[in-house]
Amino acid sequence: MTLGEFFSCSLLAFGAPLVMFAMTVANDPVRIIIMTVSAFSWLVSFLLSAIVWYLVSPLWPYVAFGMAVAVMFQELFRALMYIFLRKTEAGLKEISENHSIGSNKVEMAYVCGLGYGLMSGAFALVNVLADSVGPGTLGLQGGTEYFFITSAAMTLCMILLNTFWSVIFFNGCDEYSYLKVSWVVLSHYFVSALSLLNRKELYYATILPSYIVMLITAVIAFRCAGGTSKSLLQSFRLSS
Amino acid sequence: MSNSNIDNEEPTEYSALMDGHIAEARPDRELAGRIPRKRNNKPESQRSYGSVQQTDGSGPYNPDSGSAPTNINTDNQMEEIELKYGARHVIKLFVPVTLCMIVVVATISSINFYSVKDIYLAYTPFHEESPHAVTKVWNALANALILLCIIALMTVVLIVLYKKRCYKIINGWLIMSSLMLLFLFSYLYIEEALRAYNIPIDYITLLFIMWNFGIMGMINIHWKGPLLLQQGYLIFIAALMALVFIKYLPEWTTWVVLAVISIWDLIAVLTPKGPLRILVEIAQERNEPIFPALIYSSTVMYFMATATTPGAAAGEGEQGPRELRPLNPQEPGSNQNGDRCVTSGGDDGFDAAWRERAASSGQQRLRVDGGGGGGGAAQYTTRVDRPRAQPLPEPDEEKGVKLGLGDFIFYSVLVGKASSYGDWNTTLACFVAILIGLCLTLLLLAMLKKALPALPISITFGLIFYFATRWLVKPFADELAAEQVFI
Repeated sequence: MTLGEFFSCSLLAFGAPLVMFAMTVANDPVRIIIMTVSAFSWLVSFLLSAIVWYLVSPLWPYVAFGMAVAVMFQELFRALMYIFLRKTEAGLKEISENHSIGSNKVEMAYVCGLGYGLMSGAFALVNVLADSVGPGTLGLQGGTEYFFITSAAMTLCMILLNTFWSVIFFNGCDEYSYLKVSWVVLSHYFVSALSLLNRKELYYATILPSYIVMLITAVIAFRCAGGTSKSLLQSFRLSS
Repeated sequence: MSNSNIDNEEPTEYSALMDGHIAEARPDRELAGRIPRKRNNKPESQRSYGSVQQTDGSGPYNPDSGSAPTNINTDNQMEEIELKYGARHVIKLFVPVTLCMIVVVATISSINFYSVKDIYLAYTPFHEESPHAVTKVWNALANALILLCIIALMTVVLIVLYKKRCYKIINGWLIMSSLMLLFLFSYLYIEEALRAYNIPIDYITLLFIMWNFGIMGMINIHWKGPLLLQQGYLIFIAALMALVFIKYLPEWTTWVVLAVISIWDLIAVLTPKGPLRILVEIAQERNEPIFPALIYSSTVMYFMATATTPGAAAGEGEQGPRELRPLNPQEPGSNQNGDRCVTSGGDDGFDAAWRERAASSGQQRLRVDGGGGGGGAAQYTTRVDRPRAQPLPEPDEEKGVKLGLGDFIFYSVLVGKASSYGDWNTTLACFVAILIGLCLTLLLLAMLKKALPALPISITFGLIFYFATRWLVKPFADELAAEQVFI
């Protein structure tokens, strides 16, 4: 039972991102390196927000404060990552196998976002998953049974959102489009603020809007990457 | 126990990222003198270099005209090829390092035996049982220093043996230690694994398995076998050794040892009289590969080692620098490359130091150019020995980077130790930090082009992130997880 829960939750949260990793990232060394770097930058941003949170001890009971700081740092490091990638673009182009990674900026943004998302998802869920293996299980003392599954679903949402956000953000920075950048920041704050409701176990109120935001963000990211409804249809036709 | 550990520590001495290796450090002045002498008797073979086929189809490249400005393009192309290999080889190290860590972490979290402290190594006489923090600190420091002294002593002994050409003793020593690991420690490992999963097994079957496993390992490591299998055995040995360290070192000693070892690594590889540097230099001087039992290589090592022609061994030495070339001149990030491009006449794309080392020695430059050919080392050497051209380029797998097993061991010790406290975030943070450290080391290697210690950067990052995550991030992350706030 607990083992089943463990596997279903981990597959729910990490199944899709891992498939994305395996199919798009794993076979290109440069992409793996970029992904690791972006995972590391997430780690640094989280460390910094934890330090700020730690220093402001009077606000410990208010998680919202920590959340706000963490989101701010994440977006800051996304911007830093953008700058870093632009600076090293030429070098990356040289060390990449197919020489297209530099010219295809969307690809870099996607890889970067995936690394960001995977790291944040892992940090959010890994300890929860480790607890889910047992020996105890949930829902015994009047607690909700849906804790793990909602946690995993939210993690998946955050991983995908981070991927899309990076695509939009990088594209926005390229085009100096403040609308896109502010959409990223605002929707990030919105989704994170929504998840504050989780403590009241209002899971529907959290997950449904988060997924709606995720879908909207996905559409915007698709547009940013130069996709149109026509090209979407065409891609299905070609693959079939 | 104590004997075995003397042997077993031994790999740690090779924790240098012995990558650039032979040709890298060869540029040292006195060596630079020697190598040309070695090769001077085959001048005609140089010309055959002109026919080196570039794997990427950039056409034949004639090194003899290397000083002509027309070669700028070719040089750039060469660099591209090499940097490409660089990126691929970073991953070739990522994978085994990751595997080794996974083995250790999985073992630590599933087999209780390795995280329980009962007995300690003979080298760590202070057991940190005092409740006072100060006592614990000096206990840990004293333990770490004792361990370091033993390691330094063993390194010196090894170098003296190597210098006196006592290969039999060294080989015997290495064989003894790998024998110990493959039989004794593997047996302990299997026993504890079986106990943890409550699986009964009879001694005859176990003996049969152990015998096959151990003997196959010995043959693979010390003689020959499929590369994949050899790498697998080396990873397993490193993981076993890391587990032994985690199990038998007292709590805080482990952390101090990690810090001290990385400093030692820095000293041993980079100072002019550093023992590891001396070792690498002697190996280069003699055109020999460093013992395969000590170094993880992403290429076929013994292939080179068993080649009877002296030139073959020399070719092995050429492996390193090729794929770990400095960053491309066009890259804005590396300014010194840009300057280089401006100032250098003939050797565009090679940095000042490199040219300086290559100096007037045409041989040296020739070697570099040959390296740029993209062909495998074996191809190169064949040409040295037998002037007849062999246009078939070797597969890329023939080239590779090398990482001392000691690096594997200490990376795994760090991650394994981090995981033994049960917080997966910490483990993950250490893992990513170490990989980034490795990346940075390889980047530095590409820029500096000399054998570099792989421990300092990675271990520093790992330690920083371990303590930061444990004391600062964990409360925050726990708070977020408990409240189910996603950021």
